[in-house]
Amino acid sequence: MPAVPLSPSLASLVAWLTGRLDSRAPKRARWTRCVAWQTNEGEGVTALRAEGLFKVFGRGADDAVRRLRDGASRADVVAQGATPAVIDASFEVQPGEIFVVMGLSGSGKSTLIRMLNGLWEPTAGHVYIDGVDISGIGAAQLREVRQRKISMVFQHFALLPHRTVAENAAYALDIQGRPKDEQRAKAAEALELVGLGGWEDRYPAQLSGGMQQRVGLARALAAGSDIMLMDEAFSALDPLIRREMQDQLLELQASLGKTVVFITHDLNEAMRLGDRIAVMRDGRIVQVGTAEEVLRDPANDYVAQFVADVDRTRVLTASSVMVPAQLQVNASAGPRVALHGMRDKQLSAAFVVARDRKLRGVVRDEAVVASVNRGDSTLESIVDSDVASVHPDTVLAELFAPSAESVLPLAVVDDDGRLLGVIPRVTLLTAMASLAEAQPDLEVVR
Amino acid sequence: MSDSFDPLDPRLRVGTWVSDAFDWFTDTFQPVLDLVDTVLDGAYSAVVDVLSAPPFLVMIVLFAALGWAVRSWKFAVFTVVGFYLIAAMDRWDGAMQTLSLVLVAAFIGTLIAVPLGIWAARSPTVSNLLRPVLDFMQTMPAMVYLIPTLGAFGIGVVPGMISTIVFAMPPGVRFTELAIRQVDTEVVEAGQAFGSSPARILRQIQLPLALPTIMAGINQVIMLSLSMVVLAAMVGAAGLGLDVVAGLSSLNVARGVEAGLAVVVLAIYLDRVVSALADRAPVVRASRVRA
Repeated sequence: MPAVPLSPSLASLVAWLTGRLDSRAPKRARWTRCVAWQTNEGEGVTALRAEGLFKVFGRGADDAVRRLRDGASRADVVAQGATPAVIDASFEVQPGEIFVVMGLSGSGKSTLIRMLNGLWEPTAGHVYIDGVDISGIGAAQLREVRQRKISMVFQHFALLPHRTVAENAAYALDIQGRPKDEQRAKAAEALELVGLGGWEDRYPAQLSGGMQQRVGLARALAAGSDIMLMDEAFSALDPLIRREMQDQLLELQASLGKTVVFITHDLNEAMRLGDRIAVMRDGRIVQVGTAEEVLRDPANDYVAQFVADVDRTRVLTASSVMVPAQLQVNASAGPRVALHGMRDKQLSAAFVVARDRKLRGVVRDEAVVASVNRGDSTLESIVDSDVASVHPDTVLAELFAPSAESVLPLAVVDDDGRLLGVIPRVTLLTAMASLAEAQPDLEVVR
Repeated sequence: MSDSFDPLDPRLRVGTWVSDAFDWFTDTFQPVLDLVDTVLDGAYSAVVDVLSAPPFLVMIVLFAALGWAVRSWKFAVFTVVGFYLIAAMDRWDGAMQTLSLVLVAAFIGTLIAVPLGIWAARSPTVSNLLRPVLDFMQTMPAMVYLIPTLGAFGIGVVPGMISTIVFAMPPGVRFTELAIRQVDTEVVEAGQAFGSSPARILRQIQLPLALPTIMAGINQVIMLSLSMVVLAAMVGAAGLGLDVVAGLSSLNVARGVEAGLAVVVLAIYLDRVVSALADRAPVVRASRVRA
């Protein structure tokens, strides 16, 4: 048994065992059932708000909180026998946002996320879900909140090994007491969403780690709650699968609009996923901001050092470095127009687009000259559609290989196939060079 | 205790105090003791009647069928050979009496041990209180239990059975507590995080996941119960233990060895059946299926 104080849940277990739950449950609940929820929904309140959260383990926890509030350092408090895991954490998460809490192990991020759904009771401070304070409500009401409002995805998946994939996905619905056929339907739907359709009857042990976590994700989605807590959800997966899961999470979030609090120790993951990132160190949140803000303007030396190692090529995307194509001609234009443009700009090739700006391909000087000599009226016959193209959201790190292989600039093309811009090799290299320079040097250069 | 305590020649009459307390206890709770006596004796007699009623060949077939069902045909063959040997040694009735004693004692022991283990797993206080008590129960020479139980219930199967329960129960408590504590914290947290109640978490997560280890504990309870049969015989329980005691008092090697062999056969049979049952726990089966 780990030497920790009774968690609220453990305390309630004991209370339940001794059959005194009702007489002991705190009566200061601020709302009864759904009534309070309904009054708070749809009024633009923050989905989740933490206000001055403290979690201190060990002796004299309350005293430690008081001294920390008065400006004592973490080391002072530790010297007196208390162990602060989370110190004065405050933040707000907006509906539909992915809020990443990033920190090394021991920084308190796991404790923090467990206070957000009441798995750990805060030593001090408040957690508001849809504007309602969940700290200090009774055990039964807390269970209601967890069923209706907030779900969780775990680092090591935490599936029930003796239940099938479908039963695991339906777990939350089972707890909510939904009818069996509704459980089945919703679980199947959620499994379909995460790409596990057809695996319903397998057991977790038959699935790879990545697939097991998809079940964990499906379980959280099937619960139907708006807020998802993800505790190092992808950390146990190998890097390729992790990338895949990150992409999937971004897609799901874009289509379902869940509010996500994502815990990670991986800064690159934080940068990829987070609309905003909270950096934690030694129990304190030292900075909250977007990925770019954290990179560009670190709040202190710790964050600066932390992000110094960040592979910026994995944060910045193609759209941030692309330039307009030097020459693009309409497919319907004749070879003479193209030749004229190429001579004018001293180029040996030109991008060809359709009338709706969709990229058709490129034409090269030799082919254009030959076409002019043949007297062709359009470029259709000589367009070479084999062009290296990338999505605007592709990170720089993934541009090097195609860029090296292509003589022509990379074409940046959106989902509809429209040409947004191009990335010549020299542009990519220049972007890299300027990333390598520290930002403060810019003024000296000027 | 009227004379004053002399530190240089200390005399604490611990035994007398306990004995006095015990006398008071038996006097005060006589109705309760009578009830316990009736229940245990009745349960034992009923099981003996059931096991001894059919001809031994029928019972052997039933035992073998159970062995085959939970394990394999090889185990069924062993069962037939082993139990036939018991019958051939003319130890069948004793074996059935001993089996009844062990089954009833282990059943009651489990009935007490598992809830205690669950309680201990949930409350550090209970766990801390229980630990020295369990140590005491296991390390006190088992024969000592016979004395008060004999005093309370008189000669017969009941004092032996109660001593057996007291001595055999601790591993059941310990294994259950360990099993529940060992259940992956994250899975329990998952139950909590989706709003499951503590009772439901116990039923749907902790017990199923702990079941294989709890079964190992129950197996221990059964084995320790078997080890008590000789002691139980000393206060009047019938069965193989009685053969051993009789063999010892008359230096009859043949009788003792035959009874001992029969105990070994029972032990192997019970152990294999219970561990096979543990292997059929849903958690174990689900982890074994492969894609």
